[in-house]
Amino acid sequence: MSEPLIFTQSRPGRSAVGQYPQAVAADVPEHLRRRKRAALPEVSELQAVRHFTRLSQLNFSIDTHFYPLGSCTMKYNPRACNAFAMLPEFLGRHPYGPSSAGQGFLECMYELQEMLKEVTGMKGVSLTPMAGAQGEFAGVAMIRAYHKARGDLQRTEIIVPDAAHGTNPATATMCGCTVVEIPSLANGDIDVEALQQAVGPKTAGIMLTNPSTLGVFERRIQEVARIVHEAGGLLYYDGANLNAILGKVRPGDMGFDVIHMNLHKTFSTPHGGGGPGSGAVGVGQRLLPFMPIPLVGKENGTFRWLDERDLPQSIGRLSAFMGNAGVLLRAYVYMRMLGRDGMHRVAEFAALNANYLMAKLRKAGFDAAYPDRRASHEFIITVKRQARDLGVNAMDFAKRLLDYGFHAPTTYFPLLVPECLLIEPTETETKQDLDAFVDALICILAEAEQDAAKVKGAPYTLPVRRLDDVRAAKQLDLTYRP
Amino acid sequence: MPFIPHTEADVAEMLATIGAGSIDALFDEIPAALRIKSLAGIPDALTEMQVGRLMQSRAQRDGRPINFIGAGAYEHHIPAAVWAIVTRGEFYSAYTPYQAEASQGTLQLLYEYQTMMASLTGMEVSNASLYDGASALAEACLMAVRAHRKSKSARILVPAAVNPIYLEVARAIAEGQNLNFEIIPYEPDLGSEHRGTTQPSSLDRFRGQDVTAVVVQQPNFFGLLEDVDAITDWAHTNNALAIAVVNPLSLAILKPPGEWGAKGVDIVVGDGQPLGVPMSSGGPYFGFMTARMEHVRQMPGRIIGRTLDLDGKPGFTLTLQAREQHIRRSKATSNICTNQGLLVTAATIHMSLLGAAGLESVAAASQAQTRKLVDALTKIKGVKLVFSGPRFHEAVLQLDRNVAEVIEALAKRNVIGGFDLTRRYPELGNALLVCATEMRTDEDIATYAAALAEVMS
Repeated sequence: MSEPLIFTQSRPGRSAVGQYPQAVAADVPEHLRRRKRAALPEVSELQAVRHFTRLSQLNFSIDTHFYPLGSCTMKYNPRACNAFAMLPEFLGRHPYGPSSAGQGFLECMYELQEMLKEVTGMKGVSLTPMAGAQGEFAGVAMIRAYHKARGDLQRTEIIVPDAAHGTNPATATMCGCTVVEIPSLANGDIDVEALQQAVGPKTAGIMLTNPSTLGVFERRIQEVARIVHEAGGLLYYDGANLNAILGKVRPGDMGFDVIHMNLHKTFSTPHGGGGPGSGAVGVGQRLLPFMPIPLVGKENGTFRWLDERDLPQSIGRLSAFMGNAGVLLRAYVYMRMLGRDGMHRVAEFAALNANYLMAKLRKAGFDAAYPDRRASHEFIITVKRQARDLGVNAMDFAKRLLDYGFHAPTTYFPLLVPECLLIEPTETETKQDLDAFVDALICILAEAEQDAAKVKGAPYTLPVRRLDDVRAAKQLDLTYRP
Repeated sequence: MPFIPHTEADVAEMLATIGAGSIDALFDEIPAALRIKSLAGIPDALTEMQVGRLMQSRAQRDGRPINFIGAGAYEHHIPAAVWAIVTRGEFYSAYTPYQAEASQGTLQLLYEYQTMMASLTGMEVSNASLYDGASALAEACLMAVRAHRKSKSARILVPAAVNPIYLEVARAIAEGQNLNFEIIPYEPDLGSEHRGTTQPSSLDRFRGQDVTAVVVQQPNFFGLLEDVDAITDWAHTNNALAIAVVNPLSLAILKPPGEWGAKGVDIVVGDGQPLGVPMSSGGPYFGFMTARMEHVRQMPGRIIGRTLDLDGKPGFTLTLQAREQHIRRSKATSNICTNQGLLVTAATIHMSLLGAAGLESVAAASQAQTRKLVDALTKIKGVKLVFSGPRFHEAVLQLDRNVAEVIEALAKRNVIGGFDLTRRYPELGNALLVCATEMRTDEDIATYAAALAEVMS
């Protein structure tokens, strides 16, 4: 199974140029003209359709496979969300069109802001960040702006637990902060004593994911909030795992001052093979003046954009327009379909599936990294023992799962659990699919015991076998050259 | 409850396996004081039929006015095949291709995309996308600071004729890392044929000083063609890097940045929206970035490489990941993780369907329709063309009355008249930026002219 590069299917003169308006460029001075056409393929419409359809078939996806990729919330992306976000009026609307000609769209955005405030317990929401990492950027930039506005210029340290996503420390650096890392305890909670030592007059804030990337709820969160606030810092909530607590507990109530939400996780907008995402941010009272613009405001029943004239202390604009509007519409449709009761059930069934899968895998002979803890919406299996005894590591299990028709869990993240598989089944999977996944892992474990080389050589049934990443980085081949 | 498949029997069996008495017990590690009972502010659920009716009514309220705004987002025809394929579940609902063997479709497409963008811009390497054109400019400035090790000033020269909103975004994103943006005025002289463009002589007050990079946008925000060769050469002569901001469609007819000046620019960014992405109220679009090979290790974002598998068969994988946040953490080139993959999918299919010849036709037709638009509107009393130099598909008009009021009056006549420049370029007076793409028919232009004549009378 493989598909030749589209460039090799190209023949001069084959493009369907008759489909496009015939015109010749004028008024372009000779020295500014393009002399040689770009090397784009020249193929028929059918060739292009067939090529890209075939490429699509080389992918695993939620629509085709169980995709328990921890920390990524790969739940079903309802088709209705796509259909209603792609109504021609929404697609044809120019972002700089006057508000008077966009009241329908703006009303959706305003209501989305309001609903996100409600589910997170925050006081204000800005929809403009275009992905989780940009939401993180907005959050830390607001924390910086808050301290600066108070003349508290020495607060430049961001505290990050060792289990955090890589985006957290990278974001702190982008915002001109330094990173102070604190350890986690053996039971998965933050080392509160280490936190107490880490805070001080330089503390700008702390970035936390709760439930953490270890798949457990941070039980001492109220104490963490008190320590950071007493030291003069603010609390940032990384919303990567919001699906686990939707309708159960709210970041605002836990004491967080600012939060980003991954709408492409919790609110089921598609991941698209690497985006688009949407990293809407929510803030508490103290950070309201600093929110990124634009926001949607409502005055006398009319909706309009709020900009720097309304929020002069804003951290500014993060995109040329107002963020990933089409993603926001999909999230809006999803939230309306879930409704009040549906929100609670998301976390309930995500937790049910995760805890069930963890219990079944432990019974099957796998080790949970935190066996004494409840799973949140995800959990970690460590195959450290199998790696030591059988020579079959987490990556081998992951690759062999692909042969069994399951996308692999997240591997080797978080970094502090050796040989880990971070498994997030989500609420939209049936018990039968979870059982089939467990059966596959039981088979792979048996294979590992009898014939480790077989597992280590996987996958066998995919378009390619394991790829040489060292070669990829050393002999760079980043573009096709005939 | 939609999308949750559990039967009562499933739930009972699963709880028994877990050894929990109820689903609620699964949340017993959350401090009781923090638990909430209800989300009173969330409305009741709607069925798919009901939510469809709601969205239809909201959409119809906004209607389909005739659009004459560009300013960074352009209305072009998108072949039906593009989004029919983009929304296939195998592209739509896949994740970032970390498991390369199970993501060869996305990875090969991205490799083809990198090849197309590198060729279109005349550069050697491309990343797999950034969020949008504005944030891509911010990333390009940060990249220039990393790449230009001899320069210590972090000073970036930005013409006032660069999209001012891009500059606002670049400031917001790069401020924390102490970049200094210096604004270079455009030629203001009414009598000059270069009015509205950036003159290399205006850069000369920085000659001999430490400059990290010079930004140039082609066409500039006013739609005018800049003397990109001279500005690029100025940058290189003064030991600065050159960063190009371009509309990718315009490159079908305009010289690619890799050929600007004696050496070509160092980094190219822009918004890929004109390549198969609908305007959709502002996004999702995608930012693109291409560069010289020597700077590849300073690039932000995902990069796909071709390599071999265990059997020696070619395959595709994420490469140079040591630049990225999930490996380098606080030392990464950027914090970007999720990008705009699905929009890149659209652009790759779009470019494959149109080919270079098709893009050239669309670019030329857009330019021709804008010329007609300018001719029609400037016949109206009180409407003047501000800049007369060569342009792509946008133009600045000056009105003899308040622009915002004119725009509102036009909207009532089903015409979206243009982008109001008054606040960001007060020196231009009542200035309006207009655009016509190949989508605007001669009748559309006549409709606009009639509406404007009525409003201006």
